[in-house]
Amino acid sequence: MKTKRELHLGGLIFIVGLGVLLAALLNQLGFGGAPMEVGQGMNALGGATTGAGNIVTSVVLSYRGLDTLGELTILFTAATGAGMLLARSREAELADAAAPGAIVRIAADLLFPFLLLLGFYIIIHGHVSPGGGFQGGAILAAAYFVPLLTGAGRGLDERSASLIEGLAGAAFIAIGLLALAMHHGFLAPIGPRGTLGHLFSAGSLPLLSSAIGLKVGAELAGVLAHMGQLEEKP
Amino acid sequence: MIWIVLVLVVLMLGSALAVLYLRDLLSAVAASAVVSLLLSLLFVFLRAPDVALAEAVVGAGLSGVLFALVVRRLPKGADA
Amino acid sequence: MHATDLFTIGNLLYAGAAGLLLIGLYGLVAKRNVLRALLALGLLDAGGNLLMVAVGYRPGADAPIAVGGMFPAGMVDPIPQALILTAIVIGVGVLALGLALAVRVYETWGTLDLQVMAERIAAGDRRSRQDNIPVPAAGSAVSETEEQSA
Repeated sequence: MKTKRELHLGGLIFIVGLGVLLAALLNQLGFGGAPMEVGQGMNALGGATTGAGNIVTSVVLSYRGLDTLGELTILFTAATGAGMLLARSREAELADAAAPGAIVRIAADLLFPFLLLLGFYIIIHGHVSPGGGFQGGAILAAAYFVPLLTGAGRGLDERSASLIEGLAGAAFIAIGLLALAMHHGFLAPIGPRGTLGHLFSAGSLPLLSSAIGLKVGAELAGVLAHMGQLEEKP
Repeated sequence: MIWIVLVLVVLMLGSALAVLYLRDLLSAVAASAVVSLLLSLLFVFLRAPDVALAEAVVGAGLSGVLFALVVRRLPKGADA
Repeated sequence: MHATDLFTIGNLLYAGAAGLLLIGLYGLVAKRNVLRALLALGLLDAGGNLLMVAVGYRPGADAPIAVGGMFPAGMVDPIPQALILTAIVIGVGVLALGLALAVRVYETWGTLDLQVMAERIAAGDRRSRQDNIPVPAAGSAVSETEEQSA
């Protein structure tokens, strides 16, 4: 083992040069003075067009809906790749056979429903307060970690997780195609607008949020399950 | 207001250096979770609550857990 | 220009973002452990995200969310926030894939050190999945005779 830290000289010179370049660039940019023309237009019209109180959610789900579809594809590819790379035979599932104590088990059983509730709350309220599909989906996946602590493979059936993921992704695309069939455009906001700031408003946006949340949650929970089933260290 | 931002930025850069230079891999993972937490506080200051929520859950939660699940399966001599 | 003129919030945030970018980049280039390189990649992501959200800020403006049914008077730019939201989730997807690759690479070559790995790849020196002992390359009769004669 090296006891002396060696510095990578080429790397140091590179980042010094890059630092000078970034400093010059950011000096030119200035802070807080961006023209923001498209952003101002979206701020002014976003609430009225989609009926959502959260303009960032309306940008993510309707103005830049195609970007969201691309992001869902990327996440699906990454999760599928990770699952393929980490595929194990059945007997490796019981590798982590250390039984947890009573405190961990009881606390996990009490905590898990509240975490799920928090995740669903943030997903559903994505159009009236900060939140949305991605955040809530990530909370759902993180909530899955709690039963994972009490025993590997418990709490998530892999088949039902991939079923949820596939159905949610298909639902997202189906709602977009429905908007196309109604001659508004792919992934355009459809449905009754409602009043700003109420839970039942913004038409199809809560449905899109729910689809994204379930998909992201199931995918990341599947990745966590694969990571949790790694074999014992040699 | 500027002092809060100063403290957050200094702590964040310090934790980033700790990610690279802490010898134990599990401590480096914890330092990266600290970086994500302070970054989400900076996002709150920049009036971006959705981004702060996403960064807090993903960076300080999922990312750290994924790393820790991998690191615990490795033997001790695999650090550098 | 005095030194205290440089002590503004904007300069601090830009310095923080640039610092994260540079530290992450140095870690990616200089570190030999694969997992530490992945951590540095995460730092790189964080620096880029902070930079983009900081560009969209407008002093004195509020978050683009309706409070009590009404939008605030001045709002920050919502477009960088939407894009960075996507970027954060993609970052965790890339991290998951990178970790899976690191696990398989460790199982195949028996080490996480990139330099040692390069030597073993050049020598064609694989490890078996369970016991970390060398195995001959699959389906090659030549390497098997070489193993026997070595």
